[in-house]
Order: sequence, then C-alpha cells, then structure tokens
Amino acid sequence: MTSRVLTRGTVVIDRERCKGCDLCIAACPPDVLVMSEDVNAMGYRFPLLLPGCTGCRACHAVCPDFVFSVFKYVEPVWLPTDGVADDQGDDRAADTADDTAGDTADDREEPA
Amino acid sequence: MTATLQQGSAAVAEAAVVAGCRFFAGYPMLPFTDLLEHMARRLPQVGGTCMNAETEIEGVNMVLGAAAAGARAATGSCGQGIALMQETIAEAALNEVPFVVFNMARGQQDYFQCTRGGGWGDYRTITLAPKDVTEAVEHTQLLFHLADLYRAPTVLYGDYLVAHTWMGVEVAQRDFGPLPPKDWALDGSRGGTGRSRQVWTWAMGRDDAPGPGPDAHWRAVAEKFDAIAAAEARHEAHLTEDAEHLIVSFGSSAPFVEHVVDELREEGHRVGAFRPVTLWPFPEAALAEAAEGCRSVLVFEVNAGQMIDDVRLALAGRCPVVPIGGVSIDDSGMRQGSVLGAASIRERALAAMARHPAPAGGTR
Amino acid sequence: MTGFVPTDAPPERPSLQVASTSAPLQVSEDHHLCPGCGHPVAWRILLEAIDELAMAQRAIGVVGHGCYTNIVRLADIDWLQCLHGRAPAVATGVKRVHPDVGVFTLQGDGDMASEGLAEVLHAAARGERITAIMLNNGVFGDTGGQMTAASVVGQRTKTSLEGRDPAAHGYPVPVADLVARLPGTAYVARGAVNNAGSVAKTKRYLKRALELQLEGAGFTFVEVLTMCPTGWFVPTAAGPDYLSETFERTFPVGELHTDAPGAGG
Repeated sequence: MTSRVLTRGTVVIDRERCKGCDLCIAACPPDVLVMSEDVNAMGYRFPLLLPGCTGCRACHAVCPDFVFSVFKYVEPVWLPTDGVADDQGDDRAADTADDTAGDTADDREEPA
Repeated sequence: MTATLQQGSAAVAEAAVVAGCRFFAGYPMLPFTDLLEHMARRLPQVGGTCMNAETEIEGVNMVLGAAAAGARAATGSCGQGIALMQETIAEAALNEVPFVVFNMARGQQDYFQCTRGGGWGDYRTITLAPKDVTEAVEHTQLLFHLADLYRAPTVLYGDYLVAHTWMGVEVAQRDFGPLPPKDWALDGSRGGTGRSRQVWTWAMGRDDAPGPGPDAHWRAVAEKFDAIAAAEARHEAHLTEDAEHLIVSFGSSAPFVEHVVDELREEGHRVGAFRPVTLWPFPEAALAEAAEGCRSVLVFEVNAGQMIDDVRLALAGRCPVVPIGGVSIDDSGMRQGSVLGAASIRERALAAMARHPAPAGGTR
Repeated sequence: MTGFVPTDAPPERPSLQVASTSAPLQVSEDHHLCPGCGHPVAWRILLEAIDELAMAQRAIGVVGHGCYTNIVRLADIDWLQCLHGRAPAVATGVKRVHPDVGVFTLQGDGDMASEGLAEVLHAAARGERITAIMLNNGVFGDTGGQMTAASVVGQRTKTSLEGRDPAAHGYPVPVADLVARLPGTAYVARGAVNNAGSVAKTKRYLKRALELQLEGAGFTFVEVLTMCPTGWFVPTAAGPDYLSETFERTFPVGELHTDAPGAGG
C-alpha cells in the first residue's frame, strides 16, 4: 500500500520568476518544497511541490520574488507520497493509524 | 495701500506672504535671521507653517517636500548656510521642484555660488539681485512666479543692507501673468489608479508607465535652462548711451555706483552705470550693447572678482575690463566693509578711467 | 517526474486563494534585486499594510537611495525620491502641506543611520506625524556592500573585510532604540523578514505604525531587519540564520515604544 499525506492546500509557482534563493525550502513547515534539478530561463533552479501542503503561506511570506500564490482546499485530501521525496529507496508502509479517514479514490491528485 | 516704514526683512517676508508663500523653513544665521523671525510671526497668521529647522540641510529639504506637495515654499540663509544646501538646490533643479532661496548674504562674495552653483549636475538658478528694499519686495514675488513658471528653484541675492535697512515701502501684490497648473504635485490621492505621480530626479517612471529616464530628462532640463537664459535676463542701464566708461555693479553696490556716476557726469566725465538685475541669466547682450564705444568697463563688486568673469565673457575682449572693487568686510563679518562707499568708488573709478584716456585728437 | 504536485495553474479542486503572487498596488515584480534579498519581502508587507488600511489614495512615500529605491518603479502610489538621508525632513514638508495623507519614509540603514541620523532624530523629537521605515541590512548594498553606522561588530563588509572591530570602527547605532527614547514618538518597533513568523509580526508593526500616524498620534517608526546575502558574504540560503544569529543579537526585535508622546519610553 502506498503512503499518503493529508493535503490541505497547494501553491502555484511562477518558475520563471524564481531566483533559486532556497528560502522557501527552509521556511516550509511540512517540508514539501524541494529545489528542482532543472533550471529556468534565468539559469536558476526553482521549487517543486510535494503532497502535504497545508496552505500556510510561509513560502509566500518569505519569497523575495513573488513566486507563490497559495490556495487552501475547501476539503483536505489524502495524496499519495510515492517516489521522489524519499531517497532511501524503500516503499513506505502505510501509516495505519488514520488511513481511512476521508479517503475517496477519486480525490487522488495526478502525479506531476 | 500706503508705504510703511519697515525693516527690509519684514518687507521681504510680507512680499513672500503676499505672493502666497505658505511654507518656510530655515535655520538662524545672520543677516538672514530676521527674515526667519518675520516668517515665524506672519505665516501662522495666514494659515501657513514656518519651521525653525534644526539644520540648514533639513530646512531646505523640508521646503523641497512642501513644494513637491504643491505649496509655495521658501528657505534662506546667508552664503555660508546656503553652501550646505547646494546638493538639495541642485536636486530641486533636476527633479523640477520650485521654491525660492533667500540669500541674505554677508556681502557680495556669493556671486559664484548663485551663478555657478555648488551642487551637482547641469543646472542653473535664476537669481535676482535687488539694489534696495523696494526692489527686493518686487523681486521676491517675481521669484515665486518664475519658480512656478519654470518648475525650478530660484534665488534672491539680498544682503545685510537689504535685510536691515529700514525703508518706507509698499508691499503691493504683483501679478506676473498666468501659470501652468501644478498637476505634477503630489497629493497622495492617485494610489492604485494607474496615474500615481512621482517626483524623481532620475525620472524612471513606473514599469507600466515608464518615464524618460535620467539621460533624456537631464538633457531636457538643460535645454530648459537654455530657454530661460534666452528669455529672462534683466538689467538696468543708467546713462550708458554716450558713455566712454561703464561701471558695472550688482545688488547693494548699484545705488552707490549710480550716485558716483551722477557726480562724475556733473564734472564732465562721460560715464555710465550698468547692473545686471538677474545675476543668472547674466544680461550679456545688453552689456555688450551698453559697452559699445567704451574705452573701459570698470567692475565694482565687493569681493575678489566674481561677476567680472561674466563681464569678460559678455564683452569677449572688445573692451578692457578693469576690476575696481575688492574684498572688504566689516569687523562683524556680516556686511560689506569700507570699500563700499561713494568716495571709495569715485577714487577707484577716476584712477581706472585715467589709465584709459581718450585718444589724442578728441573724444568719440 | 513522479510524486510532485502540479504547480503551474490554480487547482481545479474547490479551494480559496489565500495569497497572491502580486502585492496590492504592485504593477511589476521585476525588481532586479539579488536572490535572497529581504527588501522585496518588506515591500510586500508594506504594500499589504497600506492596502489593508485602505490608505492607497492618501499615501505618499518618500524614498531614499538604495536598492529599495526600485519600489518607485514597481508600486502604484505617489512617490517622492529624495537625497540620501533627507527623507524625514522631506516627509515633514510633505505632511505639513497634506496633514491628512499618510506620509512615510522608506530608507536603508546607510541612508538613515549613516547619512540621515540628524533628520530622523529631529523628526522624532518634533513628533512629526510621519512614519519612518528603515530597512536595516547593515550594509550599503547598492554601492557594493560597505559598512554603515548600523553594521554589527564582527560583520565583514567591503570596508571592514576582517570584520567590524570596535577599536578601529566603533560600534553600531541602534536607531530604533534611540528613536524610542525621544519625546514625540508614538510607536517604535523593530521587526525582521527572515522567516514567516517574523514577516507576519513585522507586517503588524507596519500597520500599527501607519494607523497611529493617520490618527495623529505622533512620530512612528519601524526598523525592519532584512537580508543581504550578497553584502554579507554568506550563501543565499544562509541569510535568514545569519540575520538571527548576528543582527538580532545586536538589534533586539519587538515593540520598543507604544506610549503616546511625552509619556516616556
């Protein structure tokens, strides 16, 4: 079973405006921002979003380049967390404590 | 309205009030201090603000702010204090903010300061040099008008004598003609409308409404001063039509020189007096015309020789130019010394004229 | 790439937008400042404060000289750009002519603590009803990172390459603390923009300062510690921690003065 994380919001990221300062990475409380390997037209890496955003706006607060708009979902959604964020290479076991709360299959977000 | 006996500073203050000046900020420094005190008394009476600024630099910057906000505003000092204001005066010339600067100078040593300017950039300051209190009253009003007409700081070259002489004078409001509206002035009302205003020396504008930028803007300002030079020169010529010698002077020296010229005329000398009324723009063409046929042009100024540079430039070698003034300050340091006197001017003028006698065979 | 959430468009899922890329009154985001610069964050919260106080149409900003001067190109309000250090005096003249308009200065530490110390202290003592804002990153950023009167002991700058040494360079001037002691001040606070919490607090300080000015309470002042990783010789991502570990030790954050004028610091 894949692991999932409760996701309360999301962001829109203007990748071309980003100057790769990394401040959003450290600022994000649920740690759902990682810098890309690709670069934008200015030559900077830019943030990518993992599932689990809480819509807290910390990224927006600290960003000097007006990169983020932030949205809070009316209904939080469970999103799968397989793959990239975990570089240990293991599949994680599902967190069994609350894994059925609010779970509807058609709420799954498409992977990027 | 009738003439009232009043101190020059009081008359100048009244003239400023009558011209609509409603913001004044300055720092005490004699012989300007009386003007500050009169403004402190008068402006609150007419709903204006007079600030005894903590420094000269703050005073002129307060004035710049008030003027950028659309008020008629003025500051002043003597040359020493105006030296501190130079950066800001240049700034106002370059960001096109109008205000009047009253230099109640400690003599005549500030001619370079107001005509060459000690600020930065390509700018000039229209400068009027009244010969007495009566003229100072008119010039004060004219300077507010010219400042608004051209959106530039302007200077009154007064001095201890203008500031402290008591004269019977009538301060009547003068109308110098229509002025463009101050639609450039900041009132804070345009935020978020897409039409907000800026006062900015670099004139960059906004990204959605770019301005000309410093290159085009500073060039336009320089061209504006060229246009002013062509239009605003003023002078007074006294008995110059058939003169063989001219005596050129400015400001408070001029009445003394005129008196000496009248005396010398009675003794048969063909001598005339010329004074620039605007120190900048200097009336070059008028001086060149007045000096036609002269054997010498004598320059009387109470300094080491400042206006004489402009006299030489205007005459371009057509006629000998002879300094007959000099540095002279009294022991208080506040005013011209003993060189400024009819007897002294007369003696110097006669000596200089004798060195340029008529050619043998008669006069022209 | 798998596992990442798309971020190129607003979500289709029902949601509320809670933050926008553009600040209110902002017409452009192209400020050309360095990666990791704290100034744009301060601009944003200032513009948000102006908008939330509904004062955009009675606001005049008086801006000094520095990297932050770029705000004049980017924000649609009335601006007066003035000489280094002089903004509080210029703002005084503006406010005396338009007493109902919110008049604020925006200056760096080079502008205010170095060149313009007389101006801000005199305006505060006079209780001038303006809001002075100092963006303090401890360097003259625009000219390449020289030491200012607010650079902290030990800070490496272009003119103190071995670190500011009291024996050679003396000590920094804590402008907010000085201003807080003067009669005539109605509100003084020092904030920072190095993390989300400090950004939120500093925005409240700015709102309070502007609000009190509009009420006619007296001189209000907010110092905002901002990051200049370029001027600090630190990696961009290290800016926020450098700010906490060095600047906040010398310049404590918080509200320093909240009494009415004359009531004492």
